[in-house]
Amino acid sequence: MKELKIQPIKNGSVIDHIPPGKALKVLRILSLPKKDITSIISAVMNVPSETVGKKDIVKIEDKELDPDESDKVALIAPHATVNIIRDYEVIEKHALSIPNELVNIVRCPNPSCISNSNEPISPRFKVISKRPPIKLRCYYCEREPADIEAQII
Amino acid sequence: MLKDFNKECPTVNDIASKKGPVDQWQIAAFARRRPRVQIPTGPHLFCIVFPREGKRKDINTLFAFRNSMNLINKDVVSIKDFSNKEIGHVLDVAEKMIPVARGAKKSEMLKGKLLANLFFEPSTRTRLSFETAMKRLGGKVIGFDSSKGTSIEKGENIADTVRVVSGYSDLIVIRHPYEGSARLAAEFSKVPIINAGDGAGKHPTQCLLDLFTIRKEKGAIENQHVGLLGDLKYGRTTHSLASVLARMGAKLTCIAPQELQLPKEIIEECQERGTEPKLMNRLEDEIKNLDVLYVTRIQKERFPDPAEYKRIMSYYRIDKEVLGMGKKDLIVMHPLPRITEIASEVDSLPQAVYFKQAFNGVPVRMALLALILGGIK
Repeated sequence: MKELKIQPIKNGSVIDHIPPGKALKVLRILSLPKKDITSIISAVMNVPSETVGKKDIVKIEDKELDPDESDKVALIAPHATVNIIRDYEVIEKHALSIPNELVNIVRCPNPSCISNSNEPISPRFKVISKRPPIKLRCYYCEREPADIEAQII
Repeated sequence: MLKDFNKECPTVNDIASKKGPVDQWQIAAFARRRPRVQIPTGPHLFCIVFPREGKRKDINTLFAFRNSMNLINKDVVSIKDFSNKEIGHVLDVAEKMIPVARGAKKSEMLKGKLLANLFFEPSTRTRLSFETAMKRLGGKVIGFDSSKGTSIEKGENIADTVRVVSGYSDLIVIRHPYEGSARLAAEFSKVPIINAGDGAGKHPTQCLLDLFTIRKEKGAIENQHVGLLGDLKYGRTTHSLASVLARMGAKLTCIAPQELQLPKEIIEECQERGTEPKLMNRLEDEIKNLDVLYVTRIQKERFPDPAEYKRIMSYYRIDKEVLGMGKKDLIVMHPLPRITEIASEVDSLPQAVYFKQAFNGVPVRMALLALILGGIK
């Protein structure tokens, strides 16, 4: 029998089909680990997959991601899926979709943008194209960052 | 709540024949259920386009008030916030303001209103023309023209400054070196904001006065062949001008050295709006076809090699000889300040409209102030 690299989880969320090598970035987008989450978080990279060759998986125990939270992940892993697990059973499975607006997820690469100064505002982007290549426009300076991944906070 | 409206949702015929009570939610609910009906997003949510022309007319009559040009308390941050109709309305009002702007007619339209000019960066024309516009309409002006000596120097941010000043005045005009600063100001202000230039970003009132000048001198904007000349890559005010001209139906030719040509995304924006900009390197190849020549400054600092700058400048200098190759009724515009790109011998020619253009800043800004502060509808 094939040995499982990570054990199935009893309760929590599993983010599957993350492009290989991006598991840690996914965690960063979800602001994990954070202080109030003390459960086990596991990230596996380069897992062989029949459909896509290789993939990363992230498992967060005892935390059910709500769609608003997980949709941010679509920025770097548009084809990822989120499975909500209760008592070892998948009770919910959803594909990700990018929200219309991103607040505090991506920073504006324009050094003269007001969102990079000491004003009491968060970087805010309108999503102008949800299909790859994803296009964002800064709400303030209206510039479109070329490399979105590099600007993720 | 919307579910109920869905139940009571009227048919196209009900709406067109004005039967029964129809409110905006019902229209929205109706449109959602019929994919053929489009609801353009943005300020004209209720401008519904029906597949058949006759229906469209009826809807427009019925809901004309939703499309009415209500600019009261509107923030003017980017020209993109204005529809073509709204731009047309501002220009119409500006036209009526000309006698007042010249001082030939007196107006007390904005008596008792106070404008705050927050200029964190130096400006001559924009600040003075706002001040003139407000005073000609009977209003008063407070403000500063550099951050020197203000609380900004002590480290106060724009958000706080705007919050405080919005308690003192009825409208704020802001110029700040950071891009997007006017959008931020609009977020924190209780009173409307007009963007008077945010760094290398937007300058919507300049754009409006440029459009006003073209319309006034040529009679219309649609179908005019406009040549944009100079630094089209970095000058972002030319970007918004190109995009707005495209959506208003003008033909565009961009004349610039290869390295300073209009960026790809702006070209795409123009294409989306139905105009294919022609890209050229040399003015003399195209000048004979132009109705309007919009000249901008090529900044020396963009060229590491001074000899290269000199060479390029020689192609783009406008003088009597160059204008001789163009149409007789060609007009030459420039946002000013001009350095050497237009020879002073051109100033006395009928083609030179750049000083008129600078004057047009006053009636256009008067129109905006009057519309936003409710002096005129």
